[in-house]
Amino acid sequence: MSKKSQEGKIIRISGPVIEADDMRGAKMYDVVRVGDENLIGEIIRLNGDVATIQVYEDTNGLKPGEKVISTDMPLSVELGPGLLTNIYDGIQRPLPAIYEETGDFISRGVEAHAIDRKKKWHFKPVAKSGDKVSGCDVIGEVQETSIIVHKIIVPPDVKGTISSVEKEGDYTVEDDIAVITTDKEDVKLQMLQRWPVRKPRPVAKKYDPSLPLITGQRVIDTFFPVAKGGTAAIPGGFGTGKTVMLHQIAKWSDAQIVVYVGCGERGNEMTDVLREFPELVDPKTGEPLMSRTVLIANTSNMPVAARDASVYTGITIAEYYRDMGYDVALMADSTSRLAEAMREISGRLEEMPGEEGYPAYLASRLAEFYERAGRVKLLGSKDKEGSVSVIGAVSPPGGDFSEPVAQNTLRIVKVFWALDADLADKRHFPSINWLKSYSLHLDEVNGWWKKEVGEDWLKLRNKAMALLQKESELQEIVKLVGPDALPSKERAFLESARMIREDFLQQSAFHEVDTYCPSNKQYEMLRLMLKFSDKLQEAVDKNVHMDDILSMKSRENLARMSTVPNKEFEVRFQTVENDFEKEIDSLMKGGK
Amino acid sequence: MSNKDIEYTTVSEVAGPLIIVEGIKDVAYNEVVKIKTSYGEERTGQVLEVFSDKAIVQVFEGTKGLDTDKTSARFIGETMKLGVAKDMLGRVFDGTGNPLDDAPPIIPEDRRDINGNPINPYAREYPQEFIQTGISTIDGLNTLVRGQKLPIFSASGLPHNELAAQIARQAKVLGKEEKFAVVFCAMGITSEEANLFIRDFENTGALERTVMFLNLADDPTIERVILPRMALTCAEYLAFDLGMQVLVILTDLTNYAEALREIAAAREEVPGRRGYPGYMYTDLATIYERAGRIKGKKGSITQIPMLTMPDDDITHPIPDLTGYITEGQIVLERGLHKKDIYPPIAVLPCLSRLMDRGIGDGRTREDHAGVSNQLYAAYSEGCDLRDLVAIVGEDALSDRDRKFLNFAEEFEKKFVSQGKHEDRSIEQTLSIGWELFSRLPTSELKKIDEKYIKKYLPKGGKEE
Ligand SMILES: Nc1ncnc2c1ncn2[C@@H]1O[C@H](COP(=O)(O)OP(=O)(O)OP(=O)(O)O)[C@@H](O)[C@H]1O
Ligand SMILES: [Mg+2]
Repeated sequence: MSKKSQEGKIIRISGPVIEADDMRGAKMYDVVRVGDENLIGEIIRLNGDVATIQVYEDTNGLKPGEKVISTDMPLSVELGPGLLTNIYDGIQRPLPAIYEETGDFISRGVEAHAIDRKKKWHFKPVAKSGDKVSGCDVIGEVQETSIIVHKIIVPPDVKGTISSVEKEGDYTVEDDIAVITTDKEDVKLQMLQRWPVRKPRPVAKKYDPSLPLITGQRVIDTFFPVAKGGTAAIPGGFGTGKTVMLHQIAKWSDAQIVVYVGCGERGNEMTDVLREFPELVDPKTGEPLMSRTVLIANTSNMPVAARDASVYTGITIAEYYRDMGYDVALMADSTSRLAEAMREISGRLEEMPGEEGYPAYLASRLAEFYERAGRVKLLGSKDKEGSVSVIGAVSPPGGDFSEPVAQNTLRIVKVFWALDADLADKRHFPSINWLKSYSLHLDEVNGWWKKEVGEDWLKLRNKAMALLQKESELQEIVKLVGPDALPSKERAFLESARMIREDFLQQSAFHEVDTYCPSNKQYEMLRLMLKFSDKLQEAVDKNVHMDDILSMKSRENLARMSTVPNKEFEVRFQTVENDFEKEIDSLMKGGK
Repeated sequence: MSNKDIEYTTVSEVAGPLIIVEGIKDVAYNEVVKIKTSYGEERTGQVLEVFSDKAIVQVFEGTKGLDTDKTSARFIGETMKLGVAKDMLGRVFDGTGNPLDDAPPIIPEDRRDINGNPINPYAREYPQEFIQTGISTIDGLNTLVRGQKLPIFSASGLPHNELAAQIARQAKVLGKEEKFAVVFCAMGITSEEANLFIRDFENTGALERTVMFLNLADDPTIERVILPRMALTCAEYLAFDLGMQVLVILTDLTNYAEALREIAAAREEVPGRRGYPGYMYTDLATIYERAGRIKGKKGSITQIPMLTMPDDDITHPIPDLTGYITEGQIVLERGLHKKDIYPPIAVLPCLSRLMDRGIGDGRTREDHAGVSNQLYAAYSEGCDLRDLVAIVGEDALSDRDRKFLNFAEEFEKKFVSQGKHEDRSIEQTLSIGWELFSRLPTSELKKIDEKYIKKYLPKGGKEE
């Protein structure tokens, strides 16, 4: 039965929000085509015959009276091979294709398929006729990029018996590759599938996270780790290092797939990724980082209504790769822009404003988004796992975390990296404040660290934290009486804490070595610094003079451990350790 | 009869900078409106919101003298456009794009929508060509590159105009003879302030490479909302059609934001923070994001927006939202100004996000990143100690600490402070840095690679 799609006409235009009459019968959240240029919009309110629509493209020049046609479909993404290495706008139009069509500037009404229809992919079946399959079972495989095998999976809502599968060979994404007989009908499968962005893809079960997402960033991995399948927020005022950190995680984390959503931020930051990622090499696979990455860009000057679509598009793509059994990490920079877009649209709808003008549903929208993260048992007959980790930047006005977006996010996420403008001003990067940040994943990831890196990992980590805590207390005293008035023991503590702060917590994203610090190097650095700290205390107890300690030569080598090439660090650290032991021991022997 | 010829005399309401016209037909969102007062004066407006039979129109020259009786409105059938041409160089225009000088109107080579279109991020070229401004705190610590948007956060009474003029005068890309074309956009500044720039452009012969858009303090405020868009439309034409290197100076964005707020208030919108509209971030982004470079194009747009922080408060929405969009900021500080330091650039809160890739071997010098990081580290330590000394006195400091304290003083005097016409080369800037380092124990220079210390630290430097 084919039903004529609903056609109405515009009766009001206010920025990105329009109203159309004669729309009775159209459904909430259906996609509509607006005006003579066929702009893309989404129904966000229905009232009698009138539909309110947010338009994902610029509405300049639109007139009341122009037509609005419902497509009768919710906003969906296209899924299939070809997503990786691509860059999309907020509603999944590929920016390279738009570039081909309209040139350097993005104009309106561009039509472009998210996934290339002509390209042929080499498909290898792994299931056979007669197999009983359900959602997420693998039908076949395609080598999508040099490192990623794209698994062609049964859509989550399909269950039945395979009645035929195509042979190994080259197919386009629209060619039929299998037929599944369900209790209702025969379903033809193609490599190209669709999924509505606002509907989470179902899973069999959610597990607690247990493995760390190793990012190569010391302050994160060692101090405030995030688990695979976990959620983290990184709030901070402008210029405190959110984007650099998200880029670092996108580059170096041990996720298998990375989805990077630039939501309401700078165009050049997306260009930066496009330029840099193909040249950077994954430390584990030796392949270009771009091969595992999907980019979504709704930059600050692109239509505001598509902010929220960009994030949903991103998370749906992330879930799709999760459903193949991959560990996926999604970064959203910045969730505040998403919230502001909601506020703007809500304002135009003349909804009752909540705190600071944000709509009352801000909290539940944010929760829904982060809730789509997780380590999960996949649907399907095989006992398989996948994960989506979500890391969101928050950009609080004036850098003040008491505002609604930061506060509501804090209630949801398990890991909190609080950026600090004072640290950023001092060029202490990453400017994550160690006293305000936290991770609720410490116990979960401890098992991995114990097994893979060092039995006493958590103990070292906690000892270092205690030292930093003590430093901040001592500094309060110093502020009153000056450093000279402190007893030597306390001054030695301050020196050790300073070393951890300056030479462990600080890490330059732009230094060729320091940009990525492997987990065992992190562990060794911390172990040596804490051993040094213990030695200092011992020396002070033996009355070694503070000035002698401060002028120790070997201190400098400890301070430069982070830039020792990752391949050589084991040998070189050995020397560092021997040297400082020798130097301190000799001080203690000669000590008065 | 086309809509263009209809004079609607159906203005039903005049409120703040807005009028409502009823009984209209076939009017487009954002369309330009020509308004005529009862005494025949013509004004320009723009449709802010449109219904099947009525439109809300903002009037750029203000609504004084408009009425609901004889005032008429004509919808001209297109959105706001600017005629652009190479001949705009050397000319001065008012807030609606008409020439203010005595020369004849320009003959447009094209007419462009002033709102422009977003640059496709895929089409952007990453900015990384070093612009030498001759100012140490910028070149050495917060390097500007071609295609960057780097605002100056100032406050009333500080010499931000002098600084911007100095940048415009001295900016050059090393090894390239080509001079910058300047697009100067004044929003609500006094004629005295505007004259400072004009005189400077005249004296340096830059005037013929300059296009000016002026809306001065006593000009209609609502015009300020379209002025930067006209200036940038012109800049885009010069940069991306004619291949010129364009420097856009926008001043003062605070006046722009006030105009936005005025319109929002008149529409009784739910205000965001401190009364500014919730969409101010997006609105400012559509201005600032028009800076940049494009693949395969010779030209570029570098933006230096200036704003005055109300109450010297950097968390105020105007600097705050700007900082969230631009690629860094240069912050001026009253304290330094009072110490008679020019330019009074407060180094610590400054930032250039595009610096890392614009400096180093082959661009500036191999040691640049290290010098910059070390200057920051040492200066911020010195500033912390200054706070401490204020309480406990200098005697409580160790020898080491006293060196850092002294470093901070010398840094401000030698590195930050310079003449209004002093144009320092990047080598000069870096060597001042090294000269300052020689006052610190070498073992404290942890941010710089040892090989550069060997190469650049002046021989007099103490080994400890
Ligand atoms: N880990 C790091 N190593 C070295 N420099 C850093 C690091 N993190 C941040 N920076 C410096 O801080 C600058 C600002 O960082 P970034 O652009 O990430 O800020 P942001 O928090 O995303 O700001 P905004 O909210 O305005 O986007 C960078 O350009 C860089 O110079
Ligand atoms: Mg950022």
